[in-house]
Amino acid sequence: MTFAEQLPIVLNSLNEGFLQTLKLFGITLLGAVPLGLIICFGSTSRFTPLRLFCKFIIWIVRGTPLMIQLMIIYYMPGLVFDNPIWGGGDPGRFTASAVAFIINYACYFSEIYRGGIQAIPVGQDEAGLVLGMTKGQIFFKVKLLQMIKRILPPMSNEILTLVKDTSLARVISMHEIIWAGEAFMKGSQGISGIIWPLFFTAIYYLIFNGVLTVVLGKLEKKLNFFR
Amino acid sequence: MPILEAEHICKTFGKNEVLKDISFSLEKNNVLSIIGSSGSGKTTLLRCLNFLETPDKGIIKVNNKILFDSSAARTDEKAIRKNRLHFGLVFQSFNLFPQYTALQNVTLAPTLQAKNRPDFKSNKASILSEIKNHGIELLEQIGLGDRIDNYPHQLSGGQCQRVAIARALALNPDILCFDEPTSALDPELTGEVLKVIKELAEKKMTMIIVTHEMSFAKEVSNHIIFMDKGVICEEGTPEQIFENPREERTKQFLYNYNRQE
Repeated sequence: MTFAEQLPIVLNSLNEGFLQTLKLFGITLLGAVPLGLIICFGSTSRFTPLRLFCKFIIWIVRGTPLMIQLMIIYYMPGLVFDNPIWGGGDPGRFTASAVAFIINYACYFSEIYRGGIQAIPVGQDEAGLVLGMTKGQIFFKVKLLQMIKRILPPMSNEILTLVKDTSLARVISMHEIIWAGEAFMKGSQGISGIIWPLFFTAIYYLIFNGVLTVVLGKLEKKLNFFR
Repeated sequence: MPILEAEHICKTFGKNEVLKDISFSLEKNNVLSIIGSSGSGKTTLLRCLNFLETPDKGIIKVNNKILFDSSAARTDEKAIRKNRLHFGLVFQSFNLFPQYTALQNVTLAPTLQAKNRPDFKSNKASILSEIKNHGIELLEQIGLGDRIDNYPHQLSGGQCQRVAIARALALNPDILCFDEPTSALDPELTGEVLKVIKELAEKKMTMIIVTHEMSFAKEVSNHIIFMDKGVICEEGTPEQIFENPREERTKQFLYNYNRQE
């Protein structure tokens, strides 16, 4: 098969894989952004057992490789407890990956949030209190936007890392773009023994992260209306 | 009948007794200035009145109604929130909300309060425009009618503090408290803030002012409290305190102050 004949087949396959990559990226972001806030409230709670529990979880998650976490979450229920909760096939791999990524990223996000909240002067709380606001109103109406402004640069960093980290789901054979590129080495759709599709996947990541960088940069600029 | 009565207020931080049995009262439409050196407990007293600190002991009454009594059961948060509304507090460091314009800073709290009104849903538009107009009026009164859409970082320190005063006034407090309102300002900007406070005094606003501006305290107050090491060392009219102080500690404080001037 000539290169010209291979190209459409390969691109089609990589596109399909990248769609899965994007799906995992999107779902992780949707899940980890709010879950991170909950963990952040837990890890700063005045209720000691809850605080220690959250700190413990954060320590475990940040202290072990995401790749191992993926394998433990995917294989352990079936192999150790004889209860394969994820089910077989692609949907099961995707769900297990999403769960692992959401938990992992929520822990990192929670620490970024914590820094962002603690950087807000206590005078903002006090000003809200003497104006008769509730704690919820102070958080949502006064502190949240200030926190978002402060955490946006470190969050952008994490988000770009997440795009690339989704490739780790390859380790449990989730059919994302790395898996799709690698398939042409072993043989797929009549093509085998070529490595360029695997290398070519880097372009996808690069372009997508380029778009994200622009979008996140615009968002940062948008929040420059206050200091 | 006094509008505010504080009885036997005590407050300790760790081993540090900051307030030792403070009692005083304030008549309606009067201005009380609290003076004294740093660390004498002035700010803590003000924070206790605004329920930012909980006194260990003591009673706080407004209009003869007990708002706080250390011997009674702990007040729940909702009641504390309601009690706070008797007081307004202007901070040394302004504490304006940076993401809101001057006008939004003034109208935020009244808008949130209005949402609890039973008729809010049916009269939303008219209630909100009423709040907005009141906010504009307040900002015009303090001479910032042309800056209502500016954000705090676009305003000078003196302008920020004036917005903070308008923000506190927007909730119509019975007593407006100032915690060293000009200490974070350049001498040049101090005057514009003091002028606003003086105008409020002329309008018979009941106020408590913690300040290091002695000549201002003398000019604007009906009553002066001199605090030292957590106790009220001496109190009286401005003439009494500044012209004929009785206590040795007061004389010394004023002597040191005048020497610096």
